[in-house]
Amino acid sequence: MTSNCEKPVLALGPMLFHWQGADWRDFYFRLADEAPVDEVYLGETVCSKRQPFIEPHIAEVAERLQGSGKRVILSSLTLVTLERERRSVRELAAQDDLLVEANDLSALQALAGRPHAVGPMINVYNGPTAALLARQGATVICLPPELPASSIAQIARSAPGPAYEVLAFGRVPLAISARCAHARAKGLAKDNCQFVCSQDPDGLAVSTLKGQPFLAMNGVQTVSFTCQALLGELSTLAAGGVSRFRLSPQRCDMAAVARLYRDVLDGALDPAEASDRLRALAPDLPLSNGFLHGAPGAQWIADGRRRLAAHE
Amino acid sequence: MELICPAGNSAAFREAVDAGADAVYCGFRNETNARNFPGLNFTRDEFEAAVAYARSRGVMTFVAINTFMRAGAEALWFQAVDDAVAVGADAVILADMGLMAYTADRHPEQRIHVSVQAAASNPEAVGFLADAFQAKRVVLPRVLSLPEVAKLTASVPVETEVFVFGGMCVMAEGRCSLSSYATGLSPNMNGVCSPASHVRYAKDGAAMVSELGGFAIDRFEPGEPAGYPTLCKGRFRAGGEQGHLFEDPISLDALDHLDALREAGVSALKIEGRQRGKAYVAEVVSTIRRALDAPPSARRAIVARLRSVSEGQRTTSGAYEKRWR
Amino acid sequence: MKQLPSLASLALAPAPLPLIAAAARFAFNGVMRRHPELADRLGDHRAKTFGFDPVDLPFAFVIRPEAGAIEAVRRLPAALDAAASGPFFALLALLEGRVDGDALFFSREIEVSGDMEAILALRNALDDCGIDLPTELAASSGPLGPLMKAACERVRARVLERGAWN
Repeated sequence: MTSNCEKPVLALGPMLFHWQGADWRDFYFRLADEAPVDEVYLGETVCSKRQPFIEPHIAEVAERLQGSGKRVILSSLTLVTLERERRSVRELAAQDDLLVEANDLSALQALAGRPHAVGPMINVYNGPTAALLARQGATVICLPPELPASSIAQIARSAPGPAYEVLAFGRVPLAISARCAHARAKGLAKDNCQFVCSQDPDGLAVSTLKGQPFLAMNGVQTVSFTCQALLGELSTLAAGGVSRFRLSPQRCDMAAVARLYRDVLDGALDPAEASDRLRALAPDLPLSNGFLHGAPGAQWIADGRRRLAAHE
Repeated sequence: MELICPAGNSAAFREAVDAGADAVYCGFRNETNARNFPGLNFTRDEFEAAVAYARSRGVMTFVAINTFMRAGAEALWFQAVDDAVAVGADAVILADMGLMAYTADRHPEQRIHVSVQAAASNPEAVGFLADAFQAKRVVLPRVLSLPEVAKLTASVPVETEVFVFGGMCVMAEGRCSLSSYATGLSPNMNGVCSPASHVRYAKDGAAMVSELGGFAIDRFEPGEPAGYPTLCKGRFRAGGEQGHLFEDPISLDALDHLDALREAGVSALKIEGRQRGKAYVAEVVSTIRRALDAPPSARRAIVARLRSVSEGQRTTSGAYEKRWR
Repeated sequence: MKQLPSLASLALAPAPLPLIAAAARFAFNGVMRRHPELADRLGDHRAKTFGFDPVDLPFAFVIRPEAGAIEAVRRLPAALDAAASGPFFALLALLEGRVDGDALFFSREIEVSGDMEAILALRNALDDCGIDLPTELAASSGPLGPLMKAACERVRARVLERGAWN
């Protein structure tokens, strides 16, 4: 149970991109020491072929994060079709040490009856669904990125119990496919992909024929080109029952991003000032917050705070 | 194997029944179904007449209520299920777990089919929905290969239904927000993908550019067959490459695999296309019916004709063949 | 072979606009009277203004379903919600619901512009109505009905043979 007066939780989402083993490990080691996040999601959610690259490091990274007082949650795969993918979900669910985030219905099945987290790739669009999952043991629900603020508030109001989380920073996961467009764009088949997605640690930018940046390929996943940044909206969301905010790792100073969000949540930094600083931290990433306002997700609504307040 | 056919209006519904459908699926004229397109779908009265027509000819009617309930407006989806049950739908095709729970609770006798939008892509996921809501059938996502379809079908306590012809999603169904990223409207929330309300065709010199929500999706030289700007089938640039990077403008045709699907234990074959016209429905349904009834050796010739209906489009067996990935 | 057969083109081209307008109004009113469900399916789009421009004829039509109004013009005005242009018989096929909603966009035969949702709504609404022009015109032609129907069907059969209808 989380009540609105408790301090909102800042959580670092699972690393969406394919970072090499040691890079991956060092990224988390640094964050363990420097980033004011309360919780960290670990695990490969996008492509099971990448799992062997991080598995050898998960235990030491989890230990290091816990050592600096952060809770660790293990994230499951999003698209589960192969035998080894099913096994990976089963094994993840079988351990009792850490909370597990379900990103597919198979994980929900394996976790039913005990506390677990529900990831943004499980379709929770309304209160009845949230309440149902809560009855099955969900204590944390990260809502789908395309949900507008009106739906988020309505869900939190009508299905109290689980702690609700939204994506506050990062490229938005938009789609996942059985085929790998990323490998295909580099002239390779998925079965012999040579892990080319590791060449693009923030994804491979996709632009329109007119040269307008649009999306990014991340292996079998497609993410937004823009970086979702909820800042002016944080206080309204928190007042409406959202108690957790997710920061999705990108190749930028994530510790600084986390400090910035912490300051805004604490009321120590003005959201407008924060978005200027965020732009300086990630100069290559245009910001967006359209989804939350029921607008196209790629859009940036400059007066987000006022807009939300007007809808209250 | 049952043949499950689409209908976007009463005329197409009758054509599907007359052409040899075992079941026709349709949706109500609102955001509760995933083909919430202008001018399409059924009022309750039209639906009632359709069910009566189908029943008089021994054909079943399924109702797709397969978008995700908008928080605070759940009554619209509950009403759709209540109406479908009251009129006598043989099955409701659902994607939202909250709606499945409502249906299992209020109408325990009603047959529930799990929509492709529910993204149940493995035996555990199917088992979860079958246990929780007593679903009787699952429509499999178009991400599985034929051996995977066979394996899954053999290991779940429910029937399986697979798509064999028509439009094809490149992305896993029910888990795609590309459309709302560009337009604010999505399949899950609004029952539309790349909606016509956000489409514009613009001249660029002699060429024509199709746009969605202000993003250029494709470009056609004079005389080149044009396409609807479905986002995942557009032409883009990435890392020096230019082209249909996610998928060509292509449609699904798994009719060469009918025997393999039968051997896999699949219960029903589904034709996509509630947004297509009655002439298309009549042609596709009657041809596939003939193919199903014909000996395997005669099938290829029968279905060859259909490939022209795809109108300048090429076809693929999609994920059923592993090399597609 | 997608253009209007030259004989018909020659026959129609010099017709005075008021005559064309009267004929079009006659056909349009008949269809609207016999298919009230068309307006229903159009929903909010019935208040929109549609333009149809047969590229092989020297005139075009402007239709406002809600007002029950059809107008024949030499050129389509700029102030339209949506427009379709293409060979006369391709546009007739669209009216009869013989052109599929998807096919409408696949082929370059018919070019659509403006409010795509309105165009799609119209296409989908027409598909359900089952408009059959020879029958429609016959129904509106009183005692001359059977003659009218036979004449229309002859024209259509000839065009179909040439592959121009669909």
